[in-house]
Amino acid sequence: MLLGLYNYWIVVVLMMVGFYIVIAHGNLIKKIVGLSIFQTSVFIFYISMAKVDGGTAPILAEGISQYSNPLPHVLILTAIVVGIATTAVGLALAVRIKEAYGSIEEEEIQKKDNEDC
Amino acid sequence: MKDLLSVIMLSGIYGLLSASFFVAMDAVDVAFTEASVGAGISTLLMLVAITMTGRSEHPVRHKPVLALAVVIITGSLLIYGTLDMPYFGSADAPVHTHVAPRYINDSMQEVGVPNIVTSVLASYRAFDTFGEVIVIFTAGMGILALLSVVRRPEDVAKIDSLNDSMHEQHLILRVVAKILIPFILLYALYVQFHGDYGPGGGFQAGVIFASAIFLYAMLFGMSTARRVINQSFIQLIAAIGVLLYGSVGVVSLLSGKNYFDYSALSADPIAGQHLGILLIELGVGFTVASVMVIIFFNFAGRRENSQNLEYNNKENKKV
Repeated sequence: MLLGLYNYWIVVVLMMVGFYIVIAHGNLIKKIVGLSIFQTSVFIFYISMAKVDGGTAPILAEGISQYSNPLPHVLILTAIVVGIATTAVGLALAVRIKEAYGSIEEEEIQKKDNEDC
Repeated sequence: MKDLLSVIMLSGIYGLLSASFFVAMDAVDVAFTEASVGAGISTLLMLVAITMTGRSEHPVRHKPVLALAVVIITGSLLIYGTLDMPYFGSADAPVHTHVAPRYINDSMQEVGVPNIVTSVLASYRAFDTFGEVIVIFTAGMGILALLSVVRRPEDVAKIDSLNDSMHEQHLILRVVAKILIPFILLYALYVQFHGDYGPGGGFQAGVIFASAIFLYAMLFGMSTARRVINQSFIQLIAAIGVLLYGSVGVVSLLSGKNYFDYSALSADPIAGQHLGILLIELGVGFTVASVMVIIFFNFAGRRENSQNLEYNNKENKKV
């Protein structure tokens, strides 16, 4: 029953989409969007590992014995907020690069750097 | 797609979709965070960024075949790697065997909080969360270093008048926002203090609180928002949040217990846990909310400056 692994395959596909955007596009903003897709795929990977069949959300209540694993939830919860903070730093760098080079295309930035040497 | 605006809008929709994935997989706290961060704040920040960096992407000249080959090879290797993984939803996967049963079975006796995610976040792994808060704080400092601008007084007046003229037209939005903002702020406080019992906590509350302030700043202009929220005050709050978090740990150290052992805070260990979690979540909420506000205000302030420069250049050309 290989189909039971479908959650990992979705994660791999999403991760590769993000990876492709990062390496194939020269635009820095697009690279950041790609990185965030990559990041979300890792989030989905963790959360799908925490899922237990027949379990519910990990909030204790009467009459429920099966809960999903809370530990990956904690890790990802904080990772999402840290992720947006680091994404913001990335965007800030892109803005500064635009101001310094007049472009956020990788090729043009490299061309300018080569001219300066 | 060459238009970055639609790329960013699609990534916002993707954020909302992944939040619904998380609900389907029982991770309500995570879904909450992803919905407010992925669909709300990150979309907004990227939009502000593209107003400064330009909206369209230059066409790619090199061929994507090499990149595609790398991606396909890596992807198939990863898929090959998943063949040994436990099936989706199986209860005997290795991830469920170490500390997780203890969190699920004993957290009610040891911490006394129904939401296991909160008790793991703020009590069992408080030190870990402290590190995360410091990372967020550092990111806020990084943004300040990269984007903060010093203005001359005559520029301030000019920017303010530009601003006001831009925002006068959105009358309906302003009225609706005025009604909505108090409720958003109230909801953020509810999420903050109800995090022990339901999904929520300092991280989500901070983000929701900040988004209310963003809404205000977008509709009433940055200069009005800057008058309401003092920048150095908000930077102070960010630092106080981290300090509050750390000092809870120091208090338990000083009373001879381990760092972040809340039973030191009160004679009754459960009451101590409750107090400790409340204080820590408050520290997290302070830091997250104010760092988000710092990030947004610095991006928007930078943008105003560049607009002002353009405006000045046009004026000079006319003369």
